[in-house]
Formats: sequence, C-alpha cells, structure tokens
Amino acid sequence: MATITHIIQDPLGMHARPAGMLVKEASKYPQCTIHVSVEGGTPVDAKRIMGVMKLAAKQGMTLTVTVTGENEDTVALQLQDFLKENL
Amino acid sequence: MIQGKGVSVFSGIAIGTAYLYNPNQQHFPDFCGDVQQEQKQFDNARETARQQLQELFEKTQREIGQEEAMILDVQMMMLDDLDYLEEVQSRIQQGCSAARAAFDVGNEFSDTFAAMDDEYMKARAVDVKDMSRRITTILCGGQSGFSMEQPGILVANDLSPSETVQLPKDKILAFVTKQGSTNSHTAILARIMNIPSLVQAEIDLTESIHGQQMIVDGFEGVYYLQPEPEILQKMQQKQAQASQHQQMLEQYRGKATITKKGQKMKLFANIGSPEDVKYVIQGDAEGVGLLRSEFLYLGRDSFPTEEDLFCAYRTVVGELGGRPLVIRTLDIGADKQVDYFGLEKEENPALGYRGIRICLTQEEIFRPQMRAIYRASAFGPVSVMFPMIISVEEVIKIKEFCAKIQQELSNEGIAFGDVELGIMIETPAAAIISRDLAKEVDFFSVGTNDLTQYTLAIDRQNAKLGKFYDPHHPAVLALLKMIVDNAHAEGIWAGICGELGADPTLTETFLAMGYDELSVSPGKVLELRKTICESEV
Repeated sequence: MATITHIIQDPLGMHARPAGMLVKEASKYPQCTIHVSVEGGTPVDAKRIMGVMKLAAKQGMTLTVTVTGENEDTVALQLQDFLKENL
Repeated sequence: MIQGKGVSVFSGIAIGTAYLYNPNQQHFPDFCGDVQQEQKQFDNARETARQQLQELFEKTQREIGQEEAMILDVQMMMLDDLDYLEEVQSRIQQGCSAARAAFDVGNEFSDTFAAMDDEYMKARAVDVKDMSRRITTILCGGQSGFSMEQPGILVANDLSPSETVQLPKDKILAFVTKQGSTNSHTAILARIMNIPSLVQAEIDLTESIHGQQMIVDGFEGVYYLQPEPEILQKMQQKQAQASQHQQMLEQYRGKATITKKGQKMKLFANIGSPEDVKYVIQGDAEGVGLLRSEFLYLGRDSFPTEEDLFCAYRTVVGELGGRPLVIRTLDIGADKQVDYFGLEKEENPALGYRGIRICLTQEEIFRPQMRAIYRASAFGPVSVMFPMIISVEEVIKIKEFCAKIQQELSNEGIAFGDVELGIMIETPAAAIISRDLAKEVDFFSVGTNDLTQYTLAIDRQNAKLGKFYDPHHPAVLALLKMIVDNAHAEGIWAGICGELGADPTLTETFLAMGYDELSVSPGKVLELRKTICESEV
C-alpha cells in the first residue's frame, strides 16, 4: 500500500469540480483500490463521486490517499502530481 | 363521505374524479414483479438520462460557460456513482419498482448533502435530486409524471405558476388547493378557465383521495369526497340550475354594454396565454384588457425569443378578429419566480426587483418584448401597458425606448401599427401623481389587487391576513375616484383590470365614478353586462 498526503490549496476546497476531476483521475487506474480520507476521518472510495463530495474537505485540510494494487507507488505519485496541480 | 370547506374563487359545481397532484410524488408503481426486467428498465433510463445530460452539458458549455457546464458533468458522474447504483440495485432486488428505487435513493442521498455543514455542499443536494428525478421521470415516460386520463378535479397542496403552465388544462373540471389565496395564480387561472375552485381547503392530501369521486361546490365553498347519493343528486340539480342561469345570460351575448341612461362601458377580459382566447370568445368579451405576458416566460428553461413572443401575440391578435388587445409587459419577480432570470431571493419580493424595474434595468429583456408587440400591431389593434410605475421619469424613459424601437423597425423595413401606450396604476405613488402621468400616456388601467395590497400594506400571499384585506376599503375607493378624475381631466381613458372590476356590488360605483372599461375574467362578462344594462346610473 502506498500513501501520499496533500494539503488543499483551492480556496473553495473539495467542491464539485475538483471532486469530479479526482474521481475521473482515480478511475484511470482500474487495477488499483484507491481510498481518500480527510484529517484522519473515514476513508472513502476515490472512484465514487458522492462519497468524495461528502468529505466536504476545505482549504488547509490534509487529504490522505492510499493506493493498493499493481504499480501502487507510481500511481500514488501520479495522484500526488494531480492533486498539486488541481487542488 | 368526507366533506370539507375551502375559500371559493369561482362559483359553479364540478363533479368528477379526484386527481391528487404532488410534485414530490410522481405516480409510479411501488413494487414490481420481475427484478431483471426492472433492473433493465433502470439501466435504459440511466442511459437516456446520460444522453439528455450530455446534450444539456454541450448546450450550457456553448451558451453559458465551462463553470456552469461542470455541474452537469458532475451530475453525469453521479449517474455512474457506485454507491448510488448499488443502493438502487439492492432496492430493486428487494422488490421495489425501478422508479420507486431511483426516487427514494435519490432523495436519501440528497438529504445527506442537505444536512452537511457547508452551504456549497448543501446546494449539491439539488443536483443529486435533479439527477435522480430525471431517471424517475424517464421511467414514468412523461414530462412531469402527472397525467389525467379523463376529466377530473385537481387536488394539490399548492400550484406554482410554472406548474400550472404544464397541467393538462383541457381535462381540469376544478382546482382544490390546500394553500393559496383568492389572488394566487391557481385562482387567477380558475377564473380565466371559468371553473369552480377552492383555495385554503381543509383537506387531507392522502394518496387514497386519488381516483375517488368528488364534488366541488364553488357557490358554498364546500367539497365532498365519495358523496352520498342524496348529496350527489342535490349537487346535480344545483349544477343544472347554474347552467340554466348561464343560458339566461346568453340573451346578453352580442348586446351593447350600456346603462338605461345611456352610459357606455367597455367589457374586456383578462387572459394569460394565447390558448385563453377561446374563453374570451366564449365569454363574449369585447376585447382583451390584460394579456399577462409573464405566462410566456413560465414553464420553460430559457428566455423566449422575440420570435416566440411575436408568434404568441400575433396568434392572439388574429384570433381576436379585430377586437382590441392590451398587452402588459413582463411582470415577473415577486411571487412569480423563474429560475433562468437568475433573480436573487428577496426579503420583500412584492416591493422588490420586478415589473418595469427589470425591463428598465435589463434592456435585453425589454427589447424583444417591445419589438414583438410593435410587430404584432401590424396585424390588428394592439396597445401596451407597463406594470409597477411609480414616476413620470420612468414613463419618459419608456417612451424614449419605444421611439427607438419604432425607429429600428422602420430602418429594418418591418411593418408595425399604432400602439397606444398605457400604464398600470397599481402603486399608491402612481395614483397620487396620476394627473402628471396622464399627461404622458394614452390610458390607465388600474390593477386593484396590487393597489389594494400596497395601500393597505397587506401581503396578498399571506393567507392569515385575509380577514384584514378589505378590497372595499375607503382609501382604495378614494384612490380609484382620483385616478379616473385625473385621467379624464387630461382627456385619456381609464379602466380597471384587477379582480375588483368583476365585483358586482361595485359596478354601480364604477359607473358613477365614470370608468370607461372593466377588464375581468372571461366568464364574468355576460353577468356584468346584465348588471350594467339593468343599472339606473
């Protein structure tokens, strides 16, 4: 299992648009199970939009993403890049 | 038998099947026989929903922008959300119908969002609901999921203007609403359609009502469900009597509206859409004194174009066959909210951004209306009037704008006729300065509903205030006298287009004041003509 963290920079936090983008990004890796949690809360499936939106993660909060599966380290790094760029 | 009271907005008797209208509860089966069949239907509906959303997404992207379109993209992703799909699937496996499962799961997910401590996320509750409703609607095979197989009585909590627009009006024998007031839009519609109706009805809106036999007595303000045979018989008699009275009124069809001493009165009708012209002809009105253009803006999701408005107005002009038509420009805002206008919620909508205030601020809304009205005037007599006027400056601005429109049309070689410019007198301010306003316009039309509400400082949407709302208040009558005197002093005509115009106890008063025109519900014309012809004034 690979784990990365990211502090949300987007002033609007994890709203519909970034949530949608994250789900799309995570769905690119069908071979991996990807979970996301905020500030140590219950992890949700990063491929499910309702769950990701319900995190209601705000600016300044820490997102934790865990990846399990084939090439999990590479996938985790790619997700880290994605988050830096979009959130 | 169940029996209850309501406030009657139009007299008459209706007997028919009750149809319960509930916007949150579309009519679909709760349970299904074949799990696989239902799952397949759900999957198909989801595919149709995706196509609809994709089209909407592209349209929004093209016409509004990426930011707005993204919301629809999120809705499309919600369609694929496994939490949602798994929950729906499990409900179907438990025996729920596809529509019931989609509807319930959508509502539950939506409630979770609504309960979140984040304003933006709360707003997403609407998206979830919207997405799920779309599937339910597709599964119901219809637009709103509400239909009437045969003529009947529509029972609802309340009906918004945009809901009434979508109703199958040719099948409605009567309205019974739990909320609403005698001035609410259902009431206005009932009067135009000439059907007995009750508002503020004491009625339990349980599903069991649906399909029961029902009687509405608009004379007494009473309804009966599953009536006993004696009641049914009594009501059938009463219905026959009412139709006899209506036949007696027929002798006034085509007659001049003139008192015994020779005072003339023009009897016009108030309508809301081109379809209503048939009621004008049926009711034998001498013209249309108020065409409410806002109904052309309701029940749709974008602004009507100049062409849409022109077609509607030209149809009315054509069907009226030379009878005069007075079009009121858009009076939206306040109680008639329309989403695509993007109007902000207001503390006091009746005192807010509405009527002419919108038109004078947003030229892009005003221009197509005025161009359409001028263009329609090439086909028959058309006048226009402007709502919510409070100052001479507004009237001068409007006149300048109209001159500009005429110039534009001339330059483009488009035909138009002479359009009389009038104003609604519905604010105390306009009534008080009516002498100055009369110098600027061709006619006045008094909107008594608003004039009364503003003069008495009583919100007409508030059912609790009904007992304080006195339409015969001496202050209102004094203003009415002042308005017509000032109109005549400046040589213009004045009419009344509010509900008060149809009040037979005031007809003599209006004749004595010297009003030139009364514009009323189409169904009241013959009755009023009788009153005027018998009057000694």
